[in-house]
Amino acid sequence: MSMHLWIIPLLPLAGAAVNGLLGKRFPRALVNAIALGFTAAPFAMALWVAAQFAGLSPDQIPHIERYATWLSAGAFSAEYGMYLDQLSVIMMLVVTGVGFLIHVYSVGYMEHEGGYYRYFAYLNIFMFFMLTLVLANNYLLMFVGWEGVGLASYLLIGFWFLKKSAADAGKKAFITNRVGDFGFLIALFLLIKHFGTLQYDSLWPLISRYPVETGAAGLLTAIGLLMLVGATGKSAQIPLYVWLPDAMEGPTPVSALIHAATMVTAGVYMVARSHLVFNRAPDAQMAVAVIGTLTAIFAASIGIVQTDIKKVLAYSTISQLGYMFMACGVLDYVGGIFHLMTHAFFKALLFLAAGSVIHGLGGEQDMRHMGGLRKYLPYTFWSMTIATFAIAGLPPFAGFFSKDRILWSAWSSGYHVLWLVGVITAGMTSFYMFRLWFLTFFGKYRGPNPETVAHGHDADAQHAGHTGAVQDAKDAHAAAGSHGHRSPHESPWVMVVPLMILALLSLVGGWAGVPHSLHGSDRFGTFLSPAFNEASATPGAAAATPAEAKPESEDNSTELAFSSISVGLAALGFLAAWWLYYKRPELPERMAKAAGGLYTLLLDKYKIDELYGAVIIQPLILLSTNVFWKGIDQGLIDRAVDGSATDAREASDAMRHMQSGNIRSYAGWVAVGAAAVIAFMVWRGVR
Amino acid sequence: MIPAVDYIRILPELVLSIFGIIVMMVDPVLPEQSPKKPLGVIAVIGVLAALAATAYQPGFYGSAFYNTVSVDTFSVFFHVVVLLIALVVILISFEYLDVQRIRSGEYYALVLFGTVGMMLMSAAVELVLIFIALEISSISTYILAGMRRRAAESAEASLKYFLLGSFATAFFLYGVALIFGATGTTNVYGIAHYFQTQQASVLAYLAVGLMFVGLGFKVASAPFHVWTPDVYEGSPAPVVALMSTGPKAAAFAVLLRVLFATGAPGWFWMVWVSAALSMTLGNIGALVQQNVKRLLAYSSIAHAGYLLVAFAAAKQVGISAAIFYAASYAAMNVGAFAVIGHFASEGEKYVTLDDYAGLGRRSPLLAATLTIFLLSLIGIPVTGGFFAKFYVFSAALQSNLVGLTIIGVINSAIAAYYYLRVIVYMYMRDERVEAPVARIPAGLGVGLAISLVATIYLGVMPGRVLDYAIQSAQDLLK
Repeated sequence: MSMHLWIIPLLPLAGAAVNGLLGKRFPRALVNAIALGFTAAPFAMALWVAAQFAGLSPDQIPHIERYATWLSAGAFSAEYGMYLDQLSVIMMLVVTGVGFLIHVYSVGYMEHEGGYYRYFAYLNIFMFFMLTLVLANNYLLMFVGWEGVGLASYLLIGFWFLKKSAADAGKKAFITNRVGDFGFLIALFLLIKHFGTLQYDSLWPLISRYPVETGAAGLLTAIGLLMLVGATGKSAQIPLYVWLPDAMEGPTPVSALIHAATMVTAGVYMVARSHLVFNRAPDAQMAVAVIGTLTAIFAASIGIVQTDIKKVLAYSTISQLGYMFMACGVLDYVGGIFHLMTHAFFKALLFLAAGSVIHGLGGEQDMRHMGGLRKYLPYTFWSMTIATFAIAGLPPFAGFFSKDRILWSAWSSGYHVLWLVGVITAGMTSFYMFRLWFLTFFGKYRGPNPETVAHGHDADAQHAGHTGAVQDAKDAHAAAGSHGHRSPHESPWVMVVPLMILALLSLVGGWAGVPHSLHGSDRFGTFLSPAFNEASATPGAAAATPAEAKPESEDNSTELAFSSISVGLAALGFLAAWWLYYKRPELPERMAKAAGGLYTLLLDKYKIDELYGAVIIQPLILLSTNVFWKGIDQGLIDRAVDGSATDAREASDAMRHMQSGNIRSYAGWVAVGAAAVIAFMVWRGVR
Repeated sequence: MIPAVDYIRILPELVLSIFGIIVMMVDPVLPEQSPKKPLGVIAVIGVLAALAATAYQPGFYGSAFYNTVSVDTFSVFFHVVVLLIALVVILISFEYLDVQRIRSGEYYALVLFGTVGMMLMSAAVELVLIFIALEISSISTYILAGMRRRAAESAEASLKYFLLGSFATAFFLYGVALIFGATGTTNVYGIAHYFQTQQASVLAYLAVGLMFVGLGFKVASAPFHVWTPDVYEGSPAPVVALMSTGPKAAAFAVLLRVLFATGAPGWFWMVWVSAALSMTLGNIGALVQQNVKRLLAYSSIAHAGYLLVAFAAAKQVGISAAIFYAASYAAMNVGAFAVIGHFASEGEKYVTLDDYAGLGRRSPLLAATLTIFLLSLIGIPVTGGFFAKFYVFSAALQSNLVGLTIIGVINSAIAAYYYLRVIVYMYMRDERVEAPVARIPAGLGVGLAISLVATIYLGVMPGRVLDYAIQSAQDLLK
């Protein structure tokens, strides 16, 4: 039975095509209708598919659909095809569902922006590639999605292309990702070389035959590590995370969709999809866990001192992605995907709510100029509150169940240090999130006099006519009259409703995975774990994985005790934030002064950007500039050309002006090269 | 007595030569200062006729003229590639010649004769004939490079290309002489037989090295690449479109024959080093270029490097990867230069990155087209460039060339930067000078459409072309 899965990714592509090619002439309402229609439809279809999927018997899973042979080169071939198992069902639902909500929100948020149709065309293209990524039935097609989402992200970060910082951020994201992508690509080459295929269904049985590489690291370890390189790029982990904070230059809904809920989780999905490789490569798996955990605490520590509301959320995303990698690294893939899902809910909500705040304040992103907003933006406040409690890991919100599951897996599989770091990070997370919460919504409003607040979007992101200065924006709006709002204001319904739905999901989303220790039935785990079954390679066969064979009952009380530790730390984080940013708001500044260098170091994000610049980028540019540009190009050639090009009328003139010297030097180069070749070949011949 | 079928085996070359002569004959009849577009139309008809003749050839595989020419899938593949390049180049030249006020009718004839040389290079299996074909194609391009008579840098480009090119072909000829001395034959299959049966002498090694030097110059691989930026910068843009793809593809075809069909010894490290050097020097050199033509000149050096990686991988996988790469590189690079030539406007005034600022708004269609070619040059999926790189590197890894693959992969990451810079300028910078963009004329439109369709086709449905490349590789090794 075919479910025609191919329709799901192609729908948003069709939307993108219509809007991209014709949208310029369409009225806004039509652009909206097309963009929303072509994202609502795949969501509806995804729900239908999920319902169908639930009706499949275990031996029909994974459900694979093959449409055509994409390419065949000798023994190697790849298909256009789709692969539906528990993992891709969840990913598909998250992507289409959250994606649709963010599209709805965008209608309100982007209302005043130029290039409206272009924005939605890019957003729909992104959906196409993301769905291709999660539904592909082979690594090559996945890679197409993988590169495609990067491209869409590049386009959307640089959406306000008149802003240099946005253009630079887009480029940085793209190039950093290229570095990661090539790790992934080499992993694929190795798979082709040793297994001759990239089709999941033919690959899994072949990999299953390999033993666990306990003693010496071997092929699968290499593949796993290279995949990890790819994942660190896309999912913003150490050392390639640097692009994500800059990517916040893009419109806020883009940050929510791409840089929080979906694209950045592609790395986690890829690692989970490749679980058979990682199960057999303890070293690679260990690397995943360590990198994830380090990233989690590292990013959280930076997040503590940031003052830009979106930057806090960006570092928080990096940190939370770290948790997901930690989970995969301790072989609790279910936990990783569980957290991926709940995180998609609450982090999308946080970004959208932050966007609502920014929208309501006419583009202000600095939390030092916020405060007391809960009475101006009540709906935003309440949804943000739920999201904050969820990410802080307080029960019964979604984040509690997923984060605790990961921490417990880390402890129970013997990674006690990782657990400790994870728990400390949980406390830090709670602290910086409540810091954001208090700074934004409590206390007194610290912005400019409400009477003069103008309305607009991310202030320096004003479009062509507006130069970007707040003053100009204000004038423009005052002149327009219609939306010259006088004080911070709540967002329109089209933005608030998605917030409410996500708030609901952030509250109940975790209940699907209530662990047995809390007398839940962990339906999420029961549903998903067959996908990570060692025997999932061969449909229908059932065997317990080592990770699954954990003894459960006797650990229940320990698990509960550990839960209370992390909840306690989260509560502590709350109290600290309350004390510092609500009760005694003058304290933080004094503390910052006292901490001195440490504080500055955090504020400067450990100066990693500067380090990369000095160690990698500068030398390359210097080399290129001095050796190639100045040394060869300008020194010899350009002088000749520049001098002659302007006044020469005829070829004979040109001859006179031409320097013959560089011809000689070029011939010299050729001669040197030839001499080297001759010497080498003679040596080879004589030997 | 030469059998009639032999003439069919060189039919495309014959047809195109005749059309070249027709162009030469019609030229004096036209009024002296009139546009030469009618000649271009004749040339287009000639190329289409040659394509038809090539399509007729698959029924007549075999060797001709006393084993000097061999018609097989390999030669047919390169015939089609070279002819398509010539077709697009002629189409984009219609308007270019008008704008630049180039009134030389021999332009089209030279393109046709050059193409004949390139086709013959891919079909010839006799080193002397290969040399003659190489010279036919080279001399045509030397002259074409100097076609912008009013521009000093064009004359300079022509002269440099000519002097250095002659220097390089001398190496090739010397190599041919030495191989004759070593093996007693200049026929590729005769040489192959010699290498199979006898121990190669020092002379043979030396001969292979010298031929590599000559061909390395033609494909612009390091360290024989130094001429490239100057010549590309000075030559007319459509001519650069031609010479960065056509002679290059043909020279790679020759190199495939010289190294693989003969089973030549000792080339591995030579190719390895040249590949690594070309990729690295090309990409790093391109990083800071301000002139778009120079930028793409360095990029073409880098791409020669990627192609040589496929050579180093050798055997069937490597050869088919190289063949596929040559085709997709031709598609995207011709397209890119077509846009550049149109945008350069009169006197090729607008060729720096600053001139490209804001092109996305002034000419959305042109900018979008160039963006696709650039993305393909980076190697983004669903473009031909992606699969080309994919096959090359996967072939390299299959041949255990780990070091070369890593160098190549790092280079690809660096390369993204400078291609992206062009895109950033087009879409994300304000224009400082308002460089005017003329409407897209019909010839250019068709030429761009062909390149675009080819680039996307090779990315979305590479299967058939790849099968053909594999078949060609088998035929070559036979």
